[in-house]
Amino acid sequence: MTDLALSRTPPKRNPHFWRDTLRGYLFILPVVLGLIIWTFGPMLASAYYSLTDYKIVGEPVFVGFKNYVELFTRDRLFGQSLSVTVRYAIMYMVIGQVVSLMIALLLTQRVRGLGIFRTFFYLPIIVPYVASAVLWRYLLNKDFGPINAVLQGLGLPAINWLGSPESALFSMVIMSVWTGAVTTIIYVAGLQHVPDELYDAAKIDGASGVQRFFSVTIPMLSPTIFFNVVTGFIGSFQFFVPAFVMTDGGPVKSTYFYNLNLYEKAFKWLEMGYASAMAWVLFIIILVLTLFIFRSSPLWVYYDGEAQS
Amino acid sequence: MNAATARQSSVTYRSDTAHRRRKQVGMGTVYALLIAGSLLFMLPLIIMVSTSFKSFSEINSYPPTFLPKEWLPNNYPDAWNYQNTDFPRWTANTLLIVAATLPGVVISSSLCAYGFARLRFPGRRLWFMLVLASIMLPPQVTLIPLYILFFRLGWLNTFLPLIVPAWFGGGALNIFLLRQFYMQIPRELDEAAIIDGASHLMIWWRIYVPLSRPALVSVALLTVLGIWNDFFGPLIYLTSPENYTLALGLNMFQGLFVTRTDYMMAISTLMILPMVVMFLLAQRYIVQGFVTSGLK
Repeated sequence: MTDLALSRTPPKRNPHFWRDTLRGYLFILPVVLGLIIWTFGPMLASAYYSLTDYKIVGEPVFVGFKNYVELFTRDRLFGQSLSVTVRYAIMYMVIGQVVSLMIALLLTQRVRGLGIFRTFFYLPIIVPYVASAVLWRYLLNKDFGPINAVLQGLGLPAINWLGSPESALFSMVIMSVWTGAVTTIIYVAGLQHVPDELYDAAKIDGASGVQRFFSVTIPMLSPTIFFNVVTGFIGSFQFFVPAFVMTDGGPVKSTYFYNLNLYEKAFKWLEMGYASAMAWVLFIIILVLTLFIFRSSPLWVYYDGEAQS
Repeated sequence: MNAATARQSSVTYRSDTAHRRRKQVGMGTVYALLIAGSLLFMLPLIIMVSTSFKSFSEINSYPPTFLPKEWLPNNYPDAWNYQNTDFPRWTANTLLIVAATLPGVVISSSLCAYGFARLRFPGRRLWFMLVLASIMLPPQVTLIPLYILFFRLGWLNTFLPLIVPAWFGGGALNIFLLRQFYMQIPRELDEAAIIDGASHLMIWWRIYVPLSRPALVSVALLTVLGIWNDFFGPLIYLTSPENYTLALGLNMFQGLFVTRTDYMMAISTLMILPMVVMFLLAQRYIVQGFVTSGLK
């Protein structure tokens, strides 16, 4: 009732200012408390721990930037785990996005039975990482695995997928593409928002299918591609379970992901201060790279609204 | 004139068939790719189920068979009751965590979403930005202080670290998803209710909760899926085997009996079965949940 009038007057003159404020905060109280208790408080604590020597038993001892200096100068495993993670992220980014986009294009064609095909392609998202790790270790088994049997049936050499440092990381990329249907789902939603008129107009202009893909689909889809690249990238830095379950970081640390390294520092060696420093380095890397992708986005992301301005 | 129209129509007729033929070839290719691709994506799951019925010796012989030579349904009870494992208990633990977490997620994320979507108060924008920003924060940053906090509280090796935080807002993505939904509900509805003297809590409960049922179902299903499949949380906080969840149990099983592929596939099949059923029954809601929390 009074809300309409109130929205035009400054909040000071609102006679119910305190009541409205209190009511608003009561509704969002759970998340306000949650952010303070489970996010901001721990962030501050973690920033402090990263400057200490802390083994859980006993009190944290302040050591300044010693942990950070050690990470960047002496710790070889840190560099190795970072490089493994970045290589995985790039491979997954390229292969995952291309495969997902191709599937999404197929799943938005006007053919019968699309519902069933979508179910088939989406179903692997419900498989938990532990189960898919167990499954793929069998599929990729060097001696008895079905994948090598098919390769040998085709006259190709068997590959020691998870057993050799050259292919272990790539095996995990394959597995992630299989479970990564969320990317496909988001591409399908994005493709459904591309207006048909654009395709019709391009057809009238005589554009071929390939031309329509590059001059209509890709530009109109670029915000979706942008979103998937950012989330896929952040997701790559969370990669943990398959490396933990399937390979334990091996062989010769070729799948020793950053997160696995951090987990071992914290929960195997109880180096809580050192692991906190690793978490902050990770946070800053993600922050810088995400900002970089955001800043570069005007160069390659096309937003619909710009057409009018 | 007759001849002219005849020629004209035959021309259009010819180009029409040419067009249709090309279109059919195109559709044929699309079907071929769809069938080949979906087979490829389903194959790992088909092999998982088929392997779960094979004998140990059949799995470890070359070349591998596609379907079992001899079907062994007994692999299932054998794996389920394997020595030094307790799958019934691990299933019960997982269900308990789901049951204790789910209401917290649905109620608290819905209340917060209502506050952000409908109420005006100073700081609303700031807090909503903070909620969104928390999505970008890698969980590793808070991992260690939270572990120490739960250690001090004496909550390690209990389900509390997995349950209690969910009651505080129910996850930033869920708040975001529900807020998006609430913004689309016409405001006239609550303005009419306010004139009738309804409080905001009543409006939330009587209007927004019923109208947002599809979105709440999405949130609930994604939550169940997330808890059922969660590995990292239980790995950190649950230490003794009697407290394990299914995901941890399967991991322990594969660590102890790494060669028993038959049993591992049986347990994996059992573990994913409820989620497969859920997905087939409610695919629409699950997909919509991923889309809404994924797009702006």
